[in-house]
Amino acid sequence: MISASALCKRYPEGRQALADLSFAIGAGEMVFITGHSGAGKSTLFRLLAAIERPTSGSITINGQNLAALRKSAIPYLRRSFGLIFQDQKLLFDRSVLENVLLPLAIVGLPAKEAGRRARAALDKVGLGGRENAQPIALSGGEQQRLAIARAVVNRPAILLADEPTANLDSDSAAGIFDIFRAFHAVGVTLVIATHDEQSMARFPARVLRLEHGRLAGERP
Amino acid sequence: MNAFFAQHRDALHSALRRLLATPLGSVLSLMVIGVALALPAAGWVVLDNLRSVAGNVSGTQQLSVFMALEANARDVAEIESRLRAAQAGAWRFVAKDDALKHLQAGEGMREIVASLPKNPLPDAFVVEPDDTRPEALEQLAKSIADWPKVAHVQLDSAWVKRFDAFLRIGKLAIALLAALFGGALVIVTFNTIRLQILAQSAEIEIAKLIGATDAFIRRPYHYYGALQGAFGGLFAALLVSLGALWLAEPVGELVALYSGGFVVRGLTPTHVAALAAIGAALGWLGAQLSVAIHLRRVA
Repeated sequence: MISASALCKRYPEGRQALADLSFAIGAGEMVFITGHSGAGKSTLFRLLAAIERPTSGSITINGQNLAALRKSAIPYLRRSFGLIFQDQKLLFDRSVLENVLLPLAIVGLPAKEAGRRARAALDKVGLGGRENAQPIALSGGEQQRLAIARAVVNRPAILLADEPTANLDSDSAAGIFDIFRAFHAVGVTLVIATHDEQSMARFPARVLRLEHGRLAGERP
Repeated sequence: MNAFFAQHRDALHSALRRLLATPLGSVLSLMVIGVALALPAAGWVVLDNLRSVAGNVSGTQQLSVFMALEANARDVAEIESRLRAAQAGAWRFVAKDDALKHLQAGEGMREIVASLPKNPLPDAFVVEPDDTRPEALEQLAKSIADWPKVAHVQLDSAWVKRFDAFLRIGKLAIALLAALFGGALVIVTFNTIRLQILAQSAEIEIAKLIGATDAFIRRPYHYYGALQGAFGGLFAALLVSLGALWLAEPVGELVALYSGGFVVRGLTPTHVAALAAIGAALGWLGAQLSVAIHLRRVA
């Protein structure tokens, strides 16, 4: 489902963020990508999300080589997976419900069906009944849950998360990982970039450990 | 297809929301656009009315053929037979006595005419040629001038030509004015959209990250520009119509002094729709230029 081969990313100022990275992730797997700060986790996340392009090598999702993808095809690729960011990237001038409706508006889902799906997604992450609240009124953990609801509302087969619990206390982080595990249980492929050792220990899953942009170890 | 229409409907709603979100700013922008469109539109209305005046007066091209003062009835009959033979078109004879009576009918002319020792007016023919091409008219006037006892031939369309030339210059000036103010409208919309894009850069970035195409992001701005332009066009139509209404009475009084029946023509519903459409098209263009330049910088 997701594979990378001899993946390299060098930034214009000369910093080598990823070097000769190869891995494969099967459908329905839950994988943690870990490593110290600067190891290349976020760069890998940005390459997987087609936010950036590799300097060399290939990265393939569902048979599509992202390195060769036309710019105009990227939005359609992104609709096939859910993205969760460390800083949530919420719209603070819109309600909780409107934030979750945005991906459905992008694909042009009829309003009635979109409303139904958005409420179902909010229920799944424990935010049912908070539809009309403003994101600013939510706690950090709730904001991250809202970001997850927005990521899953289009029912993607793949969820990519970049440090989803970085700014959360341990209870909130555990709640977020519980949600991830629930999605994994129904067959969603999860790739989570994190350095949250405590949460990783609680949820046994495959771990890819990066050091200086290279694959330094793997725990099945 | 449903998704396509749903997205356009949502974009239209979004654009309307943005217009209503800042009512004062929106009204001020509409007024600027309205005034910019009203100036060339008013100029066009003035020209249209002048063209209408010219059309009424010069609906038929005429030649006035003045006989020599000493011409007698036989000379007049000769000209009649020559006009008939030349198949020059419709014509009528104006006897010098009838012309004098017509002159006397003018205000203050009775005493002046009575003081004249004899009738100073010649017999005349008014010819309405079938062929009204300028060169044909000039050729006919030239040949009639050579006929016996014809003192002078006057081509009555000469002033119309001058008037047409004036109208052509007027049209050119209006076209330049329209281009200038149309450009201003594009710039106003360009800047409004630029500010919106900068204010909504976070929203644009997030939408792109979760799968929005460029078309999806541009669409509300296009609608915003087109709506702003269309409303500006309607405001311009209102200004011009009020102006025409305001001028109608004094112009009517002036025309009545010259025994005319001219009525000021304002904008028709078609003209109002055209102004709104032109405003919408220019607004859309301003929005398109702005999103093409600024979206690239945002995401």
